[in-house]
Order: sequence, then C-alpha cells, then structure tokens
Amino acid sequence: MKLPMMGVINLIHEADEMEALTANRCLATVPFGGRYRLIDFALSSMVNSGIPKVAVFAHRKFRSLMDHLGSGSNWDLHRKQSGLFVLPPSMEDQTDFGRGDLYHFYRNRDYFSRSSMEYVVISRSHMVCNVDFAKVLDQHRETGADITVVCKESLEGTPGLARKAKVNAAGRIVEMQDHFGRLDSDIVSMEMYVLSTELLLDLVETSLAQGRDHFVRHSILPRLNELQVHAYMHGGVLGVVNNIAAYYQHSMELLQPGVWNELFFKPGSIYTKVKDEPPTHYRNGADVTHSLVANGCDIEGTVTNSILFRGVKVASGAVVRNSIVMQNGIIGVNGSLENCILDKEVEIRAMQQLRGSTEMPFIALKRKVI
Amino acid sequence: MRKNECIAMLLAGGEGRRLGVLTKDLAKPGVHFGGKYRIIDFTLSNCVHSGIETVGVLTQYQPLELTQHLGIGTPWGLDRREGGMHVLPPYVRQKGGTWYKGTANAIYQNLGFIERYDPEYVLIISGDHIYKMNYDHLLDAHKKNRADATIAVISVPWADASRFGILSVDDEGRVVEFAEKPKKPASNLASMGVYMFSWAVLKEALIRDEAERLSSNDFGKDIIPTLLQDNARLFSYQFNDYWKDVGTIDSLWEANMDLLEDKPSLQLNDRSWRIFSASPNQPAQYIAPTAKVQSALINEGCIVEGQVNRSVLFHGARVGEGSVVDSSILMPGAIIGKNAKIIRAIVGEGAVVGDGCIVGSIDAEDIAVVGSGETIRPEAELKEAETV
Repeated sequence: MKLPMMGVINLIHEADEMEALTANRCLATVPFGGRYRLIDFALSSMVNSGIPKVAVFAHRKFRSLMDHLGSGSNWDLHRKQSGLFVLPPSMEDQTDFGRGDLYHFYRNRDYFSRSSMEYVVISRSHMVCNVDFAKVLDQHRETGADITVVCKESLEGTPGLARKAKVNAAGRIVEMQDHFGRLDSDIVSMEMYVLSTELLLDLVETSLAQGRDHFVRHSILPRLNELQVHAYMHGGVLGVVNNIAAYYQHSMELLQPGVWNELFFKPGSIYTKVKDEPPTHYRNGADVTHSLVANGCDIEGTVTNSILFRGVKVASGAVVRNSIVMQNGIIGVNGSLENCILDKEVEIRAMQQLRGSTEMPFIALKRKVI
Repeated sequence: MRKNECIAMLLAGGEGRRLGVLTKDLAKPGVHFGGKYRIIDFTLSNCVHSGIETVGVLTQYQPLELTQHLGIGTPWGLDRREGGMHVLPPYVRQKGGTWYKGTANAIYQNLGFIERYDPEYVLIISGDHIYKMNYDHLLDAHKKNRADATIAVISVPWADASRFGILSVDDEGRVVEFAEKPKKPASNLASMGVYMFSWAVLKEALIRDEAERLSSNDFGKDIIPTLLQDNARLFSYQFNDYWKDVGTIDSLWEANMDLLEDKPSLQLNDRSWRIFSASPNQPAQYIAPTAKVQSALINEGCIVEGQVNRSVLFHGARVGEGSVVDSSILMPGAIIGKNAKIIRAIVGEGAVVGDGCIVGSIDAEDIAVVGSGETIRPEAELKEAETV
C-alpha cells in the first residue's frame, strides 16, 4: 500500500563518535551486520511501509553514500515517479556546511512543496531497527498529534548516544533533551518524526525567520507546550549506533537468533546494495560457531562469536574471536584476532596477533596491513 | 537501431526430463546450482563478460519461474535501452504459429528478431550447460579462420564419447566429420553446443532447413551435417576448461560436489568472471554454537544449528540442532528439522523434512530426492530415490 507520506533521511550534522570507522565515510554508510550499511535500516523501513519517495539529505563525506545508494534500485526506489532523491548541500556559499538542517530543508523546499504528499517522516541513519511507519502514521492520525516521535523504552540503557524523552500518561512528550545526558526517563527518542508537510514547511520558515536553523532544537523543543508532540512506542529491537561501544554491542546482539530474525525480517526485509559474491566456502578444518557470515568468504580456520562481512578470508590455523571483520579482510595463516574491529580490506599477516578488550575493541583502519 | 557485430541466441526451452521432480514445474536452465545460481546464469554471465550485450533467450517448456528469474535482464546488467536481454517464447501469427519444433526451428522463428540487429555473427548457445567461457576468443578464432561456422569442442573421456556429438578435425582444426552420438566414435572431441555462425550463412541454412520436410530442425542433427556436406568452412574451437551438462540427478549432484574440492575445477569465487544471478536479498548466514560445518558451500539467509559436511546449502536453508547433512544439496528455503539425517540427497526448494527423519543413505545407489515444497513427516525414513 502506498502511504501519503514522504521520507527524509537527514544526515545534516548527524553526530557520531565512531572514530576511525567514520574517518572517510559518513555515519550512514558505516558497514553493519555482515553486509549492510547503517542507512539501509531506515531506508528499507520506509520502503516496506509503502513510502514511495525518499530524500536523503547528504552532508559530509558522501562519496560512499552516493556509491551505495546508486539509483535506488536495490530498495525499489528507482522509479518513473517519486523514488530516491539524494540532495547534497548546495554549496552556494562557504557557510552552507555549517548551517543546520532547517536551512538545507529550505534550500530544497521544492522537494516538499512539489509533492502532494500530506505527511513527511524525518529520520536519521544511525538507528538500527525495522519500523512500520504505516502504524506510526495510523497513530499520528488517531491521536490528532501535530508531531509523532518514534520512541523506544530502553530499560537497560544504551551505550549509544540518544535523546531521552519524558512522556505523560496520555502519550504526550512533556520534556525532551537537547543533548544526550541524564534525564530521569527510560524512553529514548529514535529521532524519527512524523508530521504534516504543511507544518514542516511552516516550522522551517518560522524558525529560519528567527535566525534558528536546527529542526529538533529550534522547531520542536521550544514548542513542546504549544504543539501536541506524541510518542509512538516501537516494540521491536533497536540499536542506537553512534559510538564504538554501541557499534560493537549491537553487532554482537545479531548473534542472538531472535534479534537476527526480528531485525532482518519483521515487519519487512532489509535491503542493501547487491554484490554478486558466491556462497561462502567452508573448507576442511574450518571450525565456525556462533557467528554471522556473509557471502563470498573462504574459511579454513576458526571463527567464534564473530561477524564476517562479504569476501573475508580466514586461512588455516587462523583464529577469529569476538571480532568484526569487514569486507575483503584477510586473516593470514595462524593469525589471531580477539575483540577487534577490522575496517574494509585489512590484511592480518601470517602469525600476527591482535587483541582488544570487550569494552575497547581494537580498530584497524581501512586497507591497513598488519 | 545501432548495429551489433555479434548477438547471442540462448536456447532455454529444454525440459530436462532426466532431472525428474526437479524439472516438474521448471525448465532445465532454471534448475538451481552451486548454492546460489540457476544453470542459465553461467551462459548469461559469459555473454556479458564477453562483450555480447544483445541476447535473445528462447523459452518454451514451463517458462513461469524461469522468466520471473530473467525479468528484463537486470541481474546481468542486460536491461538496456539498445539491445539487452529479450525473452522470446513461441508465438502465434496470422497463419497459425507453432511451438519451437527443434533448436534450429526456434532460431528460424525468430529471424525477425535477429534481422533487427543486423549482426555479422550470431552465437548459438544453450542454457543447459555450466562453464565459464570468453565467447570473444571464439569469435576471434572464427574470424581468423574465415569460417562459416565455428563449433566449440571439448575433449571427453573416450568411454563417454558416444553420448555426445563428436567431431573429427584436420590439422588446422577444420571439421571433416560430425557424428551425433556415434556408436563407434572416431574422435573424442565433443561439441559443447556452442556455435558461432556468420549470420548470412546461418540465415540461408535455416531457411533451407525449414523447407526440408523431413528435417528435425535441429542444429546437431540437421544444420551442421548439411553445412558439412556442402563443404562449408566449419572449424572447431578447442576449449580446455570446466564444462558440464547437468542432465541427470546424478550429474547435478556430482557437479555440486565438485565445487567443494580444495581447488575446484570450476572456481565460483572469481572476481574477474563473476557469475551474476538474481539476488535473494537475505541477511548473512547464522552458524549457531551447536553447529559444525566442514567442506561446505553455504549461501546467505541460512541458519545452521546442526552438522553440515560436504554439502551445498542454498539461500534460506535451515538445519536444526542435532541434524546431520552429509554429501547433500539443500535447495532454497529447504528446512531440516532436529535430529534428522540427510545423506546423499537433494532436498527441493521449500521442502520441509521433519524432526528425526532419515533421507538417503550412504550405500544407496541413487541420490534421494525430495521434491520442491514436499513435506516429510517426522521420523519418516526415505532411503532410495524419488519421493512424491
């Protein structure tokens, strides 16, 4: 079913503490879960919900983003009408980069105003989840809220940085943090906002007229009293992935079959760029347990509690434990890894040993040879 | 329309009768192979890597699943404004219209398609075979020999030679004799069913053959022998790599097992010659703490909780705890319950094998086959060949 809602994936000033993993890419394209990029989760959720038109507001380091998204065909967004729009900063003047998201929405207001879509959902890219936005919109219409924020009750807290919100008995958000910190609440915002296109354009113009250019900070937080801002409670799994600890923890959670099944299939499938790798070859001597393995791997050694992305080679005698090895990584003969995150195309030479700790995994930069 | 030097016509209408239940609702080129692919993916990928970007795919037998797989050629990059892939089923015309009567007749009925591209050369291939070949090298040889037709050949064991179309050639590689499945083969050079024709020669031969009442309208039986008789310049092109016609359950099983060798003669993990296929888009496979996997090819979306040894698992296959899968093939979405034993078997697409079942056996002569979508109730035992 087609929803009367368009999507925005807002990468403008998307904050992260991902260190080396975002040295040459934006947060949206950090590889995750053996074959995906972080943005795949929000994007696939939108598509599966019936949203026919999605704009990605690119900001910095977007080469890998353009490469990943292409024409949008992998998400079924390569369409005659609607489909995928990638909107980088217009760069008309040097200060463009520093401006907030409202400014960039304004520069691209044609995207919103040319459409007949009544609603818009604005999301970030670092929430690893599988959300049905049709249900969010249903609730939004039923409650008559001005803005509906997708939230998650998170009793254990999350190592990732997330804005907390206080919600009253009627489901209305009465208080929300500007920054990540301590508010006495177990509810975190998933940074997904549903509102009418009309209200969005109104907020954009009013805020900008006041010299304010940040959507949440300037358009929503000061108006929690005057606007009805409601919470939609997301029941599924959530990973707030914007620092290394969270990246590592939420990656490892995929080794629980329940999480794997829920995140990748419910309510819809998560799509990504297709790579045409052959099936993974487990050779004689391979000893793989409790691991997530993508296609194109060639395994002769030992792999436990780990995630191997596409095209990883684990030579004989090599041992990979509690580690994440991204695309085309090579672990040489008798090499060993424990608590490591290897970015793409890292080669661990024969006999080399690398060790991090569970709290502080060792990170190897892209294309490093160790 | 842009002129194409060479276009390919891919015969994909074969029934593959000897594949039994596996081709009940599916043409042979659509049969799954190698954990991820369908047989036709190999020839389509060969075309693309060889620079042939106009491909007519002739379908006839049970085309639904096959045409769905092919779509408009997107997985192979053949969704083009000019050329690209075209599915060509038999059709009705003002005065009747018939099924494709034979391989040659199938091409004859699509003369109009070929003429639109006005090619110099036409490559005739079959979607039934598994191999990686650069057709551009075949075309080079064809041009160098100023040939009318060039037939790709492969040396087969003498004992098998009588199962193939056998060519005898002179020192220059020119074909002097061609015999379809000879009782006493004069050579061990077998035709691979890969023909490069100069279009003008082929066109004339097809028209002539069509007029021949008694002709079976087949390349091997009619077109090639007639050209040879007419002293046309027929050359052989020796191919020395892996080539397999997986016409039977046994050969399909064997060809899959070949892939598990330490250095398989057909290398799928080849970045310079990727085999493209429609992506099932499944998450990375999950190998559980209770799993033991040795000598296996496993595709995305699988969940393995039991033992897998010397086997090929297609996307979305599941192996429950305590189960053993040995020397077997699990087709897409095949589900094996707990404590089951699958030995020397092929479990069809979406089939469900219940807890505690035994399918196949180490000393059975035939490979046990569970048909697509079948359900084997728990604790059942199934030692020999085919189920319903």
